[in-house]
Amino acid sequence: MKSNITKVTSHINPNEALIFERSQTGRVGYRLPALDVDEEPIATIVPQQYLRDDDLVGLPEVSEVDVIRHFVRMSTWNYSIDQGMYPLGSCTMKYNSRLNEKVARIPGFANLHPLTEVENAQGALAVIYQLQQELAEITGLPGISLQPAAGAHGEMTGVMVIRSFIDARDGEEASAKRRTMLIPDSAHGTNPASAHLSGFSVKTIRSTAEGLTDLEHLRELCAGGDVAGLMLTNPNTLGLFERNIKEICQIVHDAGGLVYMDGANMNALVGIARPGDMGVDVIHLNLHKTFSTPHGGGGPGCGPCCCSKELEPFLPVPRVVQIDEQFKLDFNYPQSIGRVKAFFGNYGMMLRALAYIQTHGYDGLREATEAAVLNARYIANGLVSDYEKPFNDPPMHEVVFTDKRQSRKGVHTLDIAKRLIDYGFHPMTIYFPLIVQGAMLIEPTESVGRQELDQFIEAMRSIAQEAIENPELVLSAPHDTRIGRLDEAAAARKPVLRWKPKQAATAS
Amino acid sequence: MANIPDDLHYSKDHEWVRADGGVATVGITDHAQNQLGDVVYVELPKVGDEFGANEPFGSVESVKAVSEVFSPVSGEIVEINGSLTDSPEKVNTDPYGDGWMIRVKMSNAGEVDSMLSAAEYEDFTKAETE
Amino acid sequence: MLEQLGLASAADLFVSIPKDLRLARELQTSPALSEIELLAGFDRLAETNFGAQRISFLGAGAYQHYVPTIVDHLISRSEFFTAYTPYQPEISQGTLQAIFEFQTLVCQLTGMEVANASMYDGSTALAEAVLMAERVTKRSKVIACGAIHPEYVDVITTYVQHAGIELVHEPVNPETGQVAGALELLDDKTAALVVQSPNFFGCIEDVAALAEKAHAVGALLIVSITEAISLGLLRSPGACGADIVVAEGQSFGVPLSFGGPYVGLFATREKYARQIPGRLVGEAYDKEGRRGFVLTLATREQHIRREKATSNICTNEGLIALASTIYLETMGRSGLREVAEHCAQKTAYAAKEIRRIKRFSIPFTGARFNEFVVRGPVAAMDLLAKLGSERGITGGLALSHYFPDRPNDFLVCVTEMNSRADIDALVAGLVSLTKA
Repeated sequence: MKSNITKVTSHINPNEALIFERSQTGRVGYRLPALDVDEEPIATIVPQQYLRDDDLVGLPEVSEVDVIRHFVRMSTWNYSIDQGMYPLGSCTMKYNSRLNEKVARIPGFANLHPLTEVENAQGALAVIYQLQQELAEITGLPGISLQPAAGAHGEMTGVMVIRSFIDARDGEEASAKRRTMLIPDSAHGTNPASAHLSGFSVKTIRSTAEGLTDLEHLRELCAGGDVAGLMLTNPNTLGLFERNIKEICQIVHDAGGLVYMDGANMNALVGIARPGDMGVDVIHLNLHKTFSTPHGGGGPGCGPCCCSKELEPFLPVPRVVQIDEQFKLDFNYPQSIGRVKAFFGNYGMMLRALAYIQTHGYDGLREATEAAVLNARYIANGLVSDYEKPFNDPPMHEVVFTDKRQSRKGVHTLDIAKRLIDYGFHPMTIYFPLIVQGAMLIEPTESVGRQELDQFIEAMRSIAQEAIENPELVLSAPHDTRIGRLDEAAAARKPVLRWKPKQAATAS
Repeated sequence: MANIPDDLHYSKDHEWVRADGGVATVGITDHAQNQLGDVVYVELPKVGDEFGANEPFGSVESVKAVSEVFSPVSGEIVEINGSLTDSPEKVNTDPYGDGWMIRVKMSNAGEVDSMLSAAEYEDFTKAETE
Repeated sequence: MLEQLGLASAADLFVSIPKDLRLARELQTSPALSEIELLAGFDRLAETNFGAQRISFLGAGAYQHYVPTIVDHLISRSEFFTAYTPYQPEISQGTLQAIFEFQTLVCQLTGMEVANASMYDGSTALAEAVLMAERVTKRSKVIACGAIHPEYVDVITTYVQHAGIELVHEPVNPETGQVAGALELLDDKTAALVVQSPNFFGCIEDVAALAEKAHAVGALLIVSITEAISLGLLRSPGACGADIVVAEGQSFGVPLSFGGPYVGLFATREKYARQIPGRLVGEAYDKEGRRGFVLTLATREQHIRREKATSNICTNEGLIALASTIYLETMGRSGLREVAEHCAQKTAYAAKEIRRIKRFSIPFTGARFNEFVVRGPVAAMDLLAKLGSERGITGGLALSHYFPDRPNDFLVCVTEMNSRADIDALVAGLVSLTKA
């Protein structure tokens, strides 16, 4: 079995030190022009008491080629989409077009200061306005703010919009009795954290054995009269479309609450169905998921908040509007929740997302969704004989399996994930959603072809076989990466969160 | 099988109590530490803090989970196991000994009588894992 | 593939969506464009961004600085920019080690002991610092001191509105431009003093004195920095006694890009490490004793602690933090100092020249780094508009944008990117446009 695998071979750059350990006194990697004004003694410009007196000791001193080699070597230790399938469920790791990168680097955008007077930034504002229009059409929700910097930020914005809307609708006193946010047990952790930031307390809704929101439980919780809203991911984090979504919205609306949809899984819906048509009041999108802006090892993102006409007055300011062919900033929204970020948000991500939408076209967007769902369905079909699939409904763009069969041999989800690395794949999302024991959430996206899907299925089936025949091989994986499994417990007990010079480290 | 000493009292939240005169020593069970995995951090109250029965007095963290710990008895904290700050792993290696967490001057010594015995706790954990 | 799955058409993939919810038409978004058309379209739009083509003295929270070529080259490597959050350390060591270096650099520059893996930007980092101060002190009053960036104040106001935190303001001294300093609102219910230095008007604050006052009542001092290059020259907030330091890291190798993506720096004392928002990377070893790095102390975060998490942040500014790391390592110990000195020297020169212009003054006496307020004889908005259209110079920010009571004031920022000739052109423009 092992001999069939194309494994990672011993690494060509195993020992790149920290830059601080490479530093050599006096080395430089830059040159500035000579100072072209008469130099004054610095203490006559800034009083001595405000001047740095540590001479920046500890900052690295390296040459340009040192820096290049340092980062190029380190980069080879990363797995990335460009190398292959990156099936992290719920993260939508799709191809990042280089064309979008080029657009974001056009000097007219890249060199534009955010406080430029609007007359001298019309092109930049036009991009914001156009993207707002496109996202309104895609979601079926007309009010759009592009200010939030990431999904969780968009969630916070959306939930605050709900809070301010209810405050205005019911008055402060009545609104104070409506402080419960309902969140399914399968939700992303950001949902309860965002609800908390907006002053809500969280009640958890159970999922049914089918993996859908439990309507009876929802009705029961709504009967209390204290419900401000529901935060629902759709398709949910089990990859299943909440087919009762209209009824769900109705129940919440009848109870005086609003429905927030976590749009993390919009990659299953673009061009096929629109949250606005389902009765949803407000959602956030993740431009770095659905609209292909790069994840960059953890960010940046961009988390537009999209809402109904009714909620629009509560969106963050400023809003970008078009008046007589001119784009303007409108601050005149007295009911707005306020500003959630300086300037306009992660503008560079907006350029990339608009370029993605325009290069795909309406038909391309729909086809991408179809391919994403087809690929997930294909994987579901290919793995069902070897892994436990806890829910029967056909999955949308991602599918959840568990380690139930393998764990009988002592092989768990973590081990399967680590073994997948040996087969040249990035592992799937593991142990999420929390309600599924030993969850493996697989999202192939539309950016893989059938050949790669077959390779992935084959790798997973081979691991299932290994778990029976040679569990130790799986338990000790990965085998030939630059480092093995790290002792995370020791790291958390005595955290070392920064480099320190040797002498200082022993002294303290 | 988890170690469940006969001479202790147990709660359904997986704490144990050793009553000695009016003072109760509290920790988490072997079963609990097993479920939690490698303990990396223990958050404890201050001496002098007072808690009601079954109120949370602190938390235990593993790498990827955090659980509140409840005091099965009410009373005032008279001592905490400060050595857990530097060596939280004692909760894993010696849950009933060096891994103890707090000592409580009980305001109602009768509370321990309503706790589970070792045999009852064993049945309880079995039922829970099934 | 459809056939193999027993499906007749792509539409069959979506049967779990009730029919009446499925879109019966195509989206009315734009039709597909080729690369040639797309670039032409964006180029046309970019051409109308006249602000990007001018000599500029705009700062106020976003700064024009030299970016070494290798920064963009390195962050464009597939392995960095198309990777996800480093959840699998065995195949993410590149990202993890870079973050560890970033955290170290932030600590070194701010004079603090722990730094996180980044926040969205300076403004949200400041809001998170305020929330953290409430958690640490369990007190609810926060005093925003002096001239803090107005948009940052707006963001804090939004973040605290449902958090039970009372945000109050300590005024600016109209002579010096610094915190007035009476601090009558400071008491034992105060969670934190918040100060920006250099402040929004460009004046350097006496951070050490404020730290002392805060600590005397058991409050924390939060220092916010919008111009991170100042750290190359000015005493670190840590050395002045700050408890939490946040900064906008855009000046470290990040393009202006109309306001984002930028990167928030967040640093504090070791004793507060478990109260930090966001991700942290720490050192770890494998069985063979090889050093690596992992995400650590994750129990603070939303995916584990949910509504009790220290923040709701998940995605941060990873790639921008990487750009800052590469920038700082390339410029290094001497480069950062040199850039900061050039900024200070050129700013001093510009201030000296502008002060000489008839009917112009510099209203605040506080020491400055690379920004200062200029008071002209006419409405600044009009003056700057003319300077732009007639001279091709963006002369700064009209303060009436934020403060209607300052019609004639504008904020000028000078960096190493502005040559003496640029400064002279600005001065000449101001002279000729205000000739009586």
